[in-house]
Amino acid sequence: MAYCATASPLHLDCVITVRVNGQAYDVDVPPDMPVLWVLRDVIGLTGTKFGCGIAACGACTIHLDGQPIRSCVTPVSAIAGKSITTIEAIGQTPAGRKIQEAWIAIDVPQCGYCQSGQIMSASALIASKPNPTDADIDAAMAGNICRCGTYSRIRAGIKRAAGEVA
Amino acid sequence: MQTISRRDFVVIMAAAGGGLLLGCRVDDRSNPATFIPNAFVRIGTDGRVTLIMPQVEMGQGIYTALPMLIAEELEVGLDQITLEHAPPNDKLYVNPAFRFQATGGSTSVQAFFEPLRKAGAAARIMMVSAAAARWRVDPGTCRAQRATVTHGPTGRTLTYGQLADRAAEQPVPTEITLKAPNEFTLIGTRAKRLDTASKVNGSAQYSIDVRMPGMKIATLAASPVLGGKVASLDEAKALRIKGVHQVVRLDDVVAVVADHMWAAKQGLAALNVTWDDGPNAHIGTADVLKDIAAASEASGVIARKDGDGAAALHRAAKRIDAVYHVPFLAHAAMEPLAVTVHVRPDACEVWTGSQVVARARAAAAQVTGLPLEKVIVHNQLIGGAFGRRLELDYVTRAVRIAKQVDGPVKVVWTREEDMQQDFYRPCYYDRIAAGLDARGRPVAWTHRIVGPSILARWAPPAFKNGIDDDAVDSAMQILYEIPAVQIEYLRHEEPALNTGFWRGVGNTHNDFVMESFMDELAAAAKADPVAYRRALLAKSPRAQAVLDLAAEKAGWGQPLPPGHGRGVALLYCLWNTYMVQIAEVEVSPSHEIRVSRVVCACDCGQMVNPDIVTAQIEGGIVYGISGALWGEVTLKSGRVQQSNFTDYRVVRMNESPVIETHLVVNHEKPGGMGEPATACIAPAIANAVFAVTGKRIRQLPLQPALTSVA
Repeated sequence: MAYCATASPLHLDCVITVRVNGQAYDVDVPPDMPVLWVLRDVIGLTGTKFGCGIAACGACTIHLDGQPIRSCVTPVSAIAGKSITTIEAIGQTPAGRKIQEAWIAIDVPQCGYCQSGQIMSASALIASKPNPTDADIDAAMAGNICRCGTYSRIRAGIKRAAGEVA
Repeated sequence: MQTISRRDFVVIMAAAGGGLLLGCRVDDRSNPATFIPNAFVRIGTDGRVTLIMPQVEMGQGIYTALPMLIAEELEVGLDQITLEHAPPNDKLYVNPAFRFQATGGSTSVQAFFEPLRKAGAAARIMMVSAAAARWRVDPGTCRAQRATVTHGPTGRTLTYGQLADRAAEQPVPTEITLKAPNEFTLIGTRAKRLDTASKVNGSAQYSIDVRMPGMKIATLAASPVLGGKVASLDEAKALRIKGVHQVVRLDDVVAVVADHMWAAKQGLAALNVTWDDGPNAHIGTADVLKDIAAASEASGVIARKDGDGAAALHRAAKRIDAVYHVPFLAHAAMEPLAVTVHVRPDACEVWTGSQVVARARAAAAQVTGLPLEKVIVHNQLIGGAFGRRLELDYVTRAVRIAKQVDGPVKVVWTREEDMQQDFYRPCYYDRIAAGLDARGRPVAWTHRIVGPSILARWAPPAFKNGIDDDAVDSAMQILYEIPAVQIEYLRHEEPALNTGFWRGVGNTHNDFVMESFMDELAAAAKADPVAYRRALLAKSPRAQAVLDLAAEKAGWGQPLPPGHGRGVALLYCLWNTYMVQIAEVEVSPSHEIRVSRVVCACDCGQMVNPDIVTAQIEGGIVYGISGALWGEVTLKSGRVQQSNFTDYRVVRMNESPVIETHLVVNHEKPGGMGEPATACIAPAIANAVFAVTGKRIRQLPLQPALTSVA
């Protein structure tokens, strides 16, 4: 829910209630502020990463009502009253836990910076498609860039997790 | 590579808390009695085993490989240790390859393979001695395992924690016998990475994640043209944005300090900064190429000369000449640069990931005017560096900004700033020629390399006699048997861009030139590219073996569907690693290149962790494909034109090939593994494109070049 008292266009006083990982936060921020910065700089959940700011790399991926979204271009007003899940809590979902376990089992991460986003996208994939094909994996994961080049392990990790989810 | 000398010795100190502090340092005769309170191993009376990491973790797995080296000799389990980032200290944490504290150049395992095992062994010996003294038994009857010393005949045990106080009183061992390779229980195994768990749940902390009470967040814009200055800005407009606290105006950079990044970004946009561009405002990519091409007409400094290349070229039955060039490349690591700084009147504290943390400290001291001991730098996990964080500009800039700010401030770069204010892999220009005898074998090889010297700027003592060892790396170590070889280096600096190290640097371009050209020679000799190379490697059995292994595993010579082809490339250079890659590519009717499969055979000597070696090969190949197919930073009016992943294309999941890695297991001296795979892939792809299309592409990136000639 958003409560905004408009003083001037540049001084919107808004208190927006956001539900993150099952917890409610009242944040006093501009309604157009991307969720990414609300998470990182206001609430203090830094597991969600800034990579590009324009939805081109996927590092900032979170779940909005279970669907993967790019938090760097999603205004906080769009999530008022809705539930989001971040990397810090994805292990509490069956798909997220399987993905994390698979990532650990085959040591997917290198620098690890993109992996929050990779795991959020991969978790959403296997939650909706328990047995994804290579084409499904390409389609679901092409938006998540990894400069360390862990793609082959991400693919293997998804397949491993998918096998165990079922 | 400088080897570890006998002057290295182990220093033992009683820790303030009563535990054992131990380290391995290069002898400092000027200060022989100095009690140095940090090194590699710290064992508390509480049993806590802490390993202090001299090299920073940026994805390469060094926070697993180095602990394995220590743990192997210390006799502790990887599950029994905690890790700490080393503080800045060029003496305690010297990388012998550079002679200061630095993580780069694929040197970490090579440089620390012996010193860290010695550090672990010395600690173990003292633990065993302490136990033996307490039991009044022969140390030879005791053995250590999993941080516990056991007396064999009686079965008595004491843990390292119980022994820590007494171990500190034991004499420092002067003779340390390290395990032979056949005694290794950890080294050479696929041990699990120690950093994975924190990297799958969001808890791993990178520079950009640093938070502290009272911290503000700033973002910045530096002059888009190198050498430009701020001309004007609208400070009042920025300050009207909610959450903006302050505008910092320096001569060449502006920053907006705010409660959060969103306000800082909006404030920066509101500033409407205009710039006085300075002398580089007119420079475009065409000018850069024209200048370096013109420069390449002159002779360079001769870096290697076997026989008389010019005469041999003249006498040869057939002469082939070629010109190659490669563009500037951005690092585009996933984590944009970020530095948190707190400047106080009497001290300065910095939190950031650096590949040269002692230099970062010195830079902060210089900017603040504080003595070195008043500056503290906390190194952080790095979200990809690839050489970018061997530079200090981001630290210097953040401290300059923080000097104007009351309290701690985190300076966060936008992606656009990260891409446009990089230290770019240089544009190089190469003139190469070979003479073939009547049978098509090369009898002469001359290679002139033209480009900037990064070492002359970054490590001036390493730039000797006009030769930059990095710029000529790989070219100098050519393994093929050719009677007359001449390698020249001609330094040519680019005024409009900063240039720096980029995963492989010199050899990312040299291997592309050499291995593409070797393919040209094979084609001229009407020979098979693998067989042609093989015949010239008779004196390099390790190279020949990886070539054979790659060819066999790749199915070299077996038919492929139309539009598909294979290309081979060999890499050898200062890292002392032998690698062959065979790339399979598909070129579509519209000339789109797709790399579908890469087979890599590698002999890097003794491996510490083959799974991490494999990961470095997989990742190096993907990083290299981005550069080989699409990577190019261009200039227009002195400004970098690329700004984000939308116009600086990198490999994505759906474009990533199947990668098959085959590792040679032996106990040769360890070679470097961070960079070889990146260097080797570009020529393998270029040669595969030639196999499919018959087009020889002599420049990178390949995709636009192929499109334009096809």
